[in-house]
Amino acid sequence: MALDLSMNKHADVSYDEKERLFDEVKADERWHHVLYGCYECGICVASCPSARFYDFSPRVIAQAVAREDVDLIYTLMSDSIWDCSQCFSCDRCPRHNSPGQIITIMREVAVKNGLQTAKEALEGYGRIIYKIMATGSQVSPDMLQPDAFPDWGPHVHEISDNLEDWRKALPPETMHTTETGWTVDSKTIIELYLIWHMTGVMELIEGIDEGLYMILVDVMEERLEEAGYDDITFD
Amino acid sequence: MIHLPVLKAADRKFKADPDNAPTTDLRDEIFQLEKEGEWEVIRVPEPYMELPTKYGRMKKIPLEKTWHHKSCGQCGHIPGYSTSIFWLNRAFDLDYHDPTDQTSCTAWNYYASATSNPEAQAAVAIRNFAAAHEVGYFPLIHCGTSFGHYKEVRHALVHQPELRRKVKKIMERLGKKLVIPEEIVHYSEWVLAMKDRIAERQEIDMSNITATVHPACHYHKLIEEDAIYDSEIYGAQRTAIVTGTLKALGINVGDYSTWFDCCGFGFRHILVSRDFSRSFSVQRKIEVMIEEVNPDITVTHDTGCVTTLDQSQFAGKAHNKKVGLPVMADSQVAALAMGAHPYKVLQLHWHNTDNKAFLEKLGIDWQQKWKEFEQEVGKIKSGEKEFMTWEDAES
Ligand code: SF4
Ligand code: SF4
Repeated sequence: MALDLSMNKHADVSYDEKERLFDEVKADERWHHVLYGCYECGICVASCPSARFYDFSPRVIAQAVAREDVDLIYTLMSDSIWDCSQCFSCDRCPRHNSPGQIITIMREVAVKNGLQTAKEALEGYGRIIYKIMATGSQVSPDMLQPDAFPDWGPHVHEISDNLEDWRKALPPETMHTTETGWTVDSKTIIELYLIWHMTGVMELIEGIDEGLYMILVDVMEERLEEAGYDDITFD
Repeated sequence: MIHLPVLKAADRKFKADPDNAPTTDLRDEIFQLEKEGEWEVIRVPEPYMELPTKYGRMKKIPLEKTWHHKSCGQCGHIPGYSTSIFWLNRAFDLDYHDPTDQTSCTAWNYYASATSNPEAQAAVAIRNFAAAHEVGYFPLIHCGTSFGHYKEVRHALVHQPELRRKVKKIMERLGKKLVIPEEIVHYSEWVLAMKDRIAERQEIDMSNITATVHPACHYHKLIEEDAIYDSEIYGAQRTAIVTGTLKALGINVGDYSTWFDCCGFGFRHILVSRDFSRSFSVQRKIEVMIEEVNPDITVTHDTGCVTTLDQSQFAGKAHNKKVGLPVMADSQVAALAMGAHPYKVLQLHWHNTDNKAFLEKLGIDWQQKWKEFEQEVGKIKSGEKEFMTWEDAES
């Protein structure tokens, strides 16, 4: 289905609200290095993988923000931005724009403001967020489950059936783990939790997935308490 | 008739001129900030090799005292990738450190889900750098995305005093210093720097092999001026990474029209919209390589690229696409050339696309090698051994 770019698509959201979100995008420190105007040349589109498969265009994104078309920006922020593969092939732009970076900022604002479409785009993504936040390693061997990767064929079955033994048959001592990519020290994980606490990233998670947020808080507060940081809470 | 002085493409020579680079040299600013007391710069330790980057500036690549910032996707799903990097270090008896005081970089979270913010990303990066510095080693980044992301983080820290201030405060709370590496170095740059030494120790002739190369987007598109370029490789019009290594091993590298395209990984897509990853990977990369080059193997240098190009071919086969092209990392090919075991070291059983024909073409008896690996696993299963050790893998 073609992407509906008409300004009425989100008529239920006030112009002021859309403008507020765009102001947040423009207030980002990176903003002045990602957009310098747009020739409409389409070079970004020609190198964009997502443009080949979706009704998606980095040129449309660059044009919308350059023209400050607040309605269109809101429409894109509610849909298109999640199609981007973040490959940065569009950094070839002759005006030195980075449509991929513009999209990164728009995604962050969408997440920060708990947009329903951001929640939907990230559905099913909770496990990978949990892994990095709680264990310090984003991808782990035990994620290789046949039901998670049915399109990768029987090879995933073979790995998950042999997981424990095949991990032990890895020569580096750090890689005998199954729940993390490698052994991560407890002290390292505590330092990571302190970073989450000091930078407020848990608020972002809360806005996007409250269930995940509660699980993470439980895990982190318990480990922090064990490590002597009983004064730290994420409330 | 007017004769215009037009050079044929083959006669044109591009010479990068660092004095006319369109960007400033970030390292000058990094050292200036150190003089101003803003941070401590982690110097590239001796011995290092200097390789040219896109605009002709030289980049220092450490050969020893490397702190291996591992990739979770490599260690988790294609562990022979990292094992081969370590095996190469051991084969040359180099001093390296495989840390447990290391976290993933959070770039995947950042590019996929935006559930992070600049302070958190920078703090995670600096915590890892500080951990390396505390034990006297220099960070060597295994993942292409971590590498690209850390370059962006370093760039932001140089240009945003407020971000530096915030990260410094976080580091103080962790009892760490605000440190910054003089260079952000990717392991494939280390492999490239080592290529002649690897070729000197080559045990397996690879001159009958044709390969295609897929360069990782986050290696050469993010902060592009920092990627390695070489006038001998693609006339310095494209990054020399991987291609330079393979050529040194005698491999014929074939060119194809979608070289610049990404692999289809997409961060969010590989997990929750994999139809895109599969289609792009098979139709824009694998099929094009097979149609235009018909290589024996495709070689790349990043976690997501190996994963997507390799795993996507299973579904492609079901749709009668032209697939069946083995996918490996440069570290695996380099280790194999030096005689590393295809299963104990390269751990090829974690890869999906069949690579047996490739091994046979190299004269490797894969059935015998698989038997040897299974014997090791048998010892683990029976309790005779707890783990396979480096000594077992090297025997
Ligand atoms: S970063 Fe996004 S917009 Fe840019 S080329 Fe890649 S997929 Fe397209
Ligand atoms: S490449 Fe740059 S100038 Fe051309 S359409 Fe894309 S954003 Fe606009």
